[in-house]
Amino acid sequence: MKIKSLEDLRKIKESSKDLTSARSGGATRVIIGMGTCGIAAGAREVMTAVLEELDKRGLRDVAVETTGCIGMCQKEPLLDVIRPGEPRITYGDVTPADVVRIIGEHLVGGKVVEDKVIGQTD
Amino acid sequence: MALYRAHVLVCKGTGCKSSGAAPVYDALKEEITRRGLDKEVMLVETGCHGMCEMGPIVVVYPEGSLYCRVTADDVAEIVEEHLYKGRLVQRLLYTTPEDKVKIPHYRDIPFYKKQFRIALRNCGYINPDNIEEYIARDGYVALAKALTAMDPEDVLAEVKTSGLRGRGGGGFPTGLKWEFCRRAKGDKKYVICNADEGDPGAFMDRSILEGDPHALIEGMMLGAYAIGADEGYIYCRAEYPLAIKRLGVAMAQCTEYGLLGDNIMGTDFSFHLHVKEGAGAFVCGEETALMASIEGERGMPRPRPPFPANKGLWGKPSNINNVETWANVPSIIREGGEWFASIGTEKSKGTKVFALTGKVNNTGLVEVPMGTTIREIVFDMGGGILNGRKFKAVQIGGPSGGCLTEEHLDLPVNYESLTAAGAIMGSGGLVVMDEDTCMVDVARFFLEFTQRESCGKCVPCREGTKQMLLTLEKITSGKGKMKDLETLEELALMVKEMSLCGLGQTAPNPVLTTLRYFRDEYEAHIKDKKCPAKACSALISFVIDAEKCRKCGICAKNCPVDCIAGDRNTPYVIDQERCIKCGTCLEVCPFQAVSKV
Repeated sequence: MKIKSLEDLRKIKESSKDLTSARSGGATRVIIGMGTCGIAAGAREVMTAVLEELDKRGLRDVAVETTGCIGMCQKEPLLDVIRPGEPRITYGDVTPADVVRIIGEHLVGGKVVEDKVIGQTD
Repeated sequence: MALYRAHVLVCKGTGCKSSGAAPVYDALKEEITRRGLDKEVMLVETGCHGMCEMGPIVVVYPEGSLYCRVTADDVAEIVEEHLYKGRLVQRLLYTTPEDKVKIPHYRDIPFYKKQFRIALRNCGYINPDNIEEYIARDGYVALAKALTAMDPEDVLAEVKTSGLRGRGGGGFPTGLKWEFCRRAKGDKKYVICNADEGDPGAFMDRSILEGDPHALIEGMMLGAYAIGADEGYIYCRAEYPLAIKRLGVAMAQCTEYGLLGDNIMGTDFSFHLHVKEGAGAFVCGEETALMASIEGERGMPRPRPPFPANKGLWGKPSNINNVETWANVPSIIREGGEWFASIGTEKSKGTKVFALTGKVNNTGLVEVPMGTTIREIVFDMGGGILNGRKFKAVQIGGPSGGCLTEEHLDLPVNYESLTAAGAIMGSGGLVVMDEDTCMVDVARFFLEFTQRESCGKCVPCREGTKQMLLTLEKITSGKGKMKDLETLEELALMVKEMSLCGLGQTAPNPVLTTLRYFRDEYEAHIKDKKCPAKACSALISFVIDAEKCRKCGICAKNCPVDCIAGDRNTPYVIDQERCIKCGTCLEVCPFQAVSKV
């Protein structure tokens, strides 16, 4: 498309933001345990659900990271959410259905999904 | 558009490409697809990251982990461990040379920590072939701001406020240069980009051209708007094929988006851009020679005045700046001249990109605020001297620059300080030398270059550089006389004073600075017939220590001219008459019995 005005440039900038957003390390971080234990317990499905939900809601400023086994294998799949300036919340036994709640209530709404929390670190 | 959780950036700049980035990229593409990650992991080709020594470089975001010297064989592990399981591949992370610490994050690597990137802000961060990535990083915002909310005079004022000075060597205030051209009478004006980077060991401009071509284009358009030009030329040497290709892609995208052509962004401003390929003559980096070359004439300088601002390309007022200068302009207009002026020193504002090469651990490109010391560049970012050797000198400014010594290590780098010390900022080449480098030979090397590149138009440069080179060759071959040093100095000052253009005016700098700071080395070559660094082959010989020789015969077997004799019972001896001083015996001896004297 031809850029005819500042407005047009802004539109392209807005739509191309995700092109590089993952490189600036998003403000909010979602970390999924992807050790062998996590994968065996269904971490891949959780990952897919996270990406789908973020996409559906148009959330771009979120860094989705993976991490190895942290030793709490019985609670896998584990999913951590870190909102800027807030403690790191670890959720256990996460299913794709939980992902929708966690993203909606915690990531967006700022309210921790208490019944799935297994730990918190500052 | 799908959401990619991770971005894998593969450097495809010339440095990493030559160390094998293409197979790495292909292997990553295949492996990511094979593991079904292609919908969530994005593979991006970028320009230079600067740390060319460690190439091919692969950076994985969002973690920002930088992997060094990656080969296609490492790819399966990176995908499996990092992208799939989230575990960093420790063995490929950058390791500090002194204490062997692995550094997981890009920005914590000492090489990057002290850098401040304006001209290189997008290099290694975006895909240079994708205009949308440039726009996502505030690209063309400066242009839109200038065209919609600023008069050409405002743009000019902003650049003047910034204090930006030419990054190609001269250091002339950019705003003032633009103003001369703006005030010049003429219905047609040109802006020109000097991308004829020819200094041995310098590749700042190439990296910008390859890694962020849109920054240069946007900078030129801002300049054209301020000056009142509607046409531009990028004069790029043909030895930069990737740069020319990426410029072509970028220009085609600009045309497609309506950013080049007539009535840009619906305004009265029109701009047409051309790339002219140069044939690689060093003298074409001189502005009048460059313009002659664009016109199809032989690339030779002409006397100034008239200056290009009044009578330039095709006789029209023209403004010429180098790549790095142009690439700074969009940030100045976007962030404001005051912001730019807050960086650097009193008279040298902003940053400077240096190409760090020679006997240093981390060779590559660094961009630092003006006023950073040579010590910080060589030791903190460069990681010190290779193999723990001792620092001897740094050659700054390419063949037109000079050699500075240990006592200059704490010199803050800016235009004035370097000129006072006998060197110049130049385009930013920085060659590090250790105790094994002979300073007379260095002067000879650079002079050999400028002598060969002299266009021959004016006598002082054509004959002077030739005579200086002959004298230096005489000294390095042990035939020099003390009187030669006087001749050399006299010739050097004459060439500096009387040459027509910058090539000749600066060619004697390496000779003058080495004479000034390393006179004892010249004298050793002449009086003692010795090369203190043991580098000039005519003045050294190889000998075998009979005590240390274990009579294994490995030296004799490897000698290319069969000049080493001996057997199981007698130590080996080198026939000095026939020895060609290749040094093979020294390299192969398992008992360190061979030495250079």
